[in-house]
Amino acid sequence: MFKIHHNAGGYLSLRERLSGLYKLGKNNDEDFWAVKDVTFSVNPGESKAVIGRNGSGKSTLLKILSKITPPTKGKIITRGRMASLLEVGTGFHPELTGRENIFFNGSLLGMKKKEIENKFDEIVDFSGVEKFLDTPLKHYSSGMQLRLAFSVAAFLDSEILVIDEVLAVGDMDFQKKCLDKIETVTKSGRTILFVSHNMAAIRALCSSVLVLDKGQVRYHGDVAHGIDHYMSISSSFEEQPGVFNLEQHPSKKIKQSGLVEARLIRDGKPNYLFFPGGPFKGEFDFAGMAPDAEVGFRMVIKDSYFQSMVNITNHDLGLRLQANKSGAGTVVFEMDVLPVYGDGTYYIDLQFGDEAKYKDTIENALSFKLEPKDVFGTGKFLNPKINTVFPGKVTINVQ
Amino acid sequence: MVEYEIKPVAKLGFGVDELWRYRELFYFYTWRDIKVRYKQTFFGFAWAVMQPILMMVLFTFFFGKKLGVPSDSIPYPIFVFTGLLMWNIFSSGLTSASNSIINNAHIIKKIYFPRLIIPLSSVMVTLFDFLMALSIYLVLLFYYGINVNVFEVTGALILALLITALTTFGLGTFLAALNIKYRDFKYVIPYTIQVLLFVSPVIYPVSIVTSAWAKYLLAINPLSGAITLLRSAISDVPPDWNMVLISACCALVYFIGGVLYFKSSETYFADIV
Repeated sequence: MFKIHHNAGGYLSLRERLSGLYKLGKNNDEDFWAVKDVTFSVNPGESKAVIGRNGSGKSTLLKILSKITPPTKGKIITRGRMASLLEVGTGFHPELTGRENIFFNGSLLGMKKKEIENKFDEIVDFSGVEKFLDTPLKHYSSGMQLRLAFSVAAFLDSEILVIDEVLAVGDMDFQKKCLDKIETVTKSGRTILFVSHNMAAIRALCSSVLVLDKGQVRYHGDVAHGIDHYMSISSSFEEQPGVFNLEQHPSKKIKQSGLVEARLIRDGKPNYLFFPGGPFKGEFDFAGMAPDAEVGFRMVIKDSYFQSMVNITNHDLGLRLQANKSGAGTVVFEMDVLPVYGDGTYYIDLQFGDEAKYKDTIENALSFKLEPKDVFGTGKFLNPKINTVFPGKVTINVQ
Repeated sequence: MVEYEIKPVAKLGFGVDELWRYRELFYFYTWRDIKVRYKQTFFGFAWAVMQPILMMVLFTFFFGKKLGVPSDSIPYPIFVFTGLLMWNIFSSGLTSASNSIINNAHIIKKIYFPRLIIPLSSVMVTLFDFLMALSIYLVLLFYYGINVNVFEVTGALILALLITALTTFGLGTFLAALNIKYRDFKYVIPYTIQVLLFVSPVIYPVSIVTSAWAKYLLAINPLSGAITLLRSAISDVPPDWNMVLISACCALVYFIGGVLYFKSSETYFADIV
C-alpha cells in the first residue's frame, strides 16, 4: 500500500544551481515542482493506472516511488517488497550471454540468486530464446533482446509492482503473451501501479485510475470516468467543436511538420456529432513537407474501448496524394456511410508522412460522438449501449 | 512484511546495513565487471598478468639498467614489481571507480540500489587483477631466490593491500561523485595519475629521499607507506613505521571522507548524471 503525502520533486533547481556556478555565481534559480500535493493510497490487490499528458509529472512520481529521486517534501509508505520496472532489460550488456544477462538483470530487479535459479527455466521458456542462451547478446535481434528482457521482468515476485509503459514489446504473438502475463499478474492479488498511454490495456488491466495534470491530481476513481477525463484534457477543442489543433498534440512526435489542424465536417461546418450510417467528412491540413511531395495518410477510427473499427489508407484505395509547391495541402477524407454504431465517444488515430512511409503517428488525435438515429427506418432507436459496426442494409427472414 | 518509508534525505552515514541487504547485487556487479573486462580479448584473463610483466620489463630496462636507479639491494625487477603490484591497484582502480557512475548512468536512472556498490565493484575488479599479478610475483620471488619470512610477507601484504584499497576506494568514490557534477575531472584524472606515479616510490626507493620531513610528506600519499612496507618485508631493511603509520591514517581519512562525500551527493545522481 502506498500513502503519498505532498510529495514533490523540486530537483531542477539543483541543476540550475550547478550551471549557475559556471556562470560565476549568477543566481537564476527557479523552483519547479514536478509533482505537488499528490496524496493517494493504493490498497493491497488493487491495480491502479496513472495517466496524464507528457510533462504531467507521471515520470517524476514513478521515480520518487522507485526511490531513484528523493522527494523534496512529503513521504511514501510502502508495505511489502516493492519492485519497479521503469524499463525492461536495464543493465543488459551486449558482451554478456543471454544466460549471464538474465542473472545480472534479475539481480538488479531485486531477485535473489536462488529465485533466479528456480525460475530460470520458466524465464527462458517464456522468452523463446533457449537456443541462443550462450550467445552474446549483441548477436540477438532487437526483438529477441526485448523478449528476453520482458521475460526476466515477468517473473518478478514482489508484492508491489510499479510498471512504466514497458508493455507490448516484440512481435504480435509476443505482445499478446505479455499482456496475458500482465493480466495474470494483476489477477494474482498483487498491488500494481501502472503508467501507460495504452488505454485499451488500462481498461483491461486496471481497477482504478489516477489522472495527473501539471503535477496535480485531476481525477482519482474508476477507469471509465478517468479515461474520459484524461481524453477531455488531452484533446479539448476549446475554440470550436470539431476543430482540432494537432501541432501541439501530446502524442505527436515531430512537432514542426506534418499535420497541423484537423476539422470534422458535417453539413459544410465543423462539428463533432455524427449519425451512424450517415456521411462523414474530415479535412486535415498539413505543412512542412517537401515541395510536390507524395504523401501518405492513414486514419483509424476506434470505439471507446479503443478497438479499431475502421483502418484505411490512401494506398489501400489506390489513391495518390500530393503536396503543393510549398509542401502544404489539405487531405480531405469522405465516407458516404459512417460504419460505426453505438454509444459514447469515438477516437481517431492518424498517421501521416511522405513517400509512403508514415513519419508521424498521432494517437487519439480527434474524437467525435454519435447521435442516436433511427438507422433502419423502423421508428425506433437501436440499443445504443452496443458498440458495433454499422451493418448497412440487412434483411432477415424465414424461407 | 517489509515496511518502508520514502522521504526526503536527511541522515548522513555509510549505509552499511543497506549495503548488506544488497550484497547479492554487489556480487553480481563484480562478477559482471570482471566478465566484461576481458570479453572479446584474445588473451582474456592473461592480460591481468601480462600488463604488470610488460611494465616491469620496461621499467627495469630504462630505470634499472640505463639510469641505474638504486633498489635497496633487491634485484630491480622484483623491486619495481613490488611497487607496481600496489600501483596498479591504485591507478586502474581509481580510473575505473571515478568513471564508474557515469558509465552506469543508464542503470542509475532506472533502478534504485545503494550506489556505493558501483565504485566498490570496480575496485574489486582491480583486486582480481592484483590476485593474478600476485601469483606471478610469487613465482618471481622464487626465481630470484629471495629468502623471505612467509608470515612477514603475508602480514605486510595484507596491511599494504588494506592501505592501498582504502585509498583507492576513498579517492575513487570521491572522484566518482565529483565527476558527475563536473565532467572536467574526466580530463584531469589521467594526468593526475601520471604525475602521481612519479610522486610514489614505484620506480625509486624511499631511501633516496634524505630529509625526514620530505619523507613524511611523501607518506601523505598512502602508496608510499604501502610500497615501503612491502619492500622491507622482502629485504633486510626494516620499515619506517612512522611513515607506514602516517600512510595508514591518511588512507583511513581518504576512505571516510570519500565515502561520506559520495553518500551525501548520491541521491541526486539520477537527476544530474
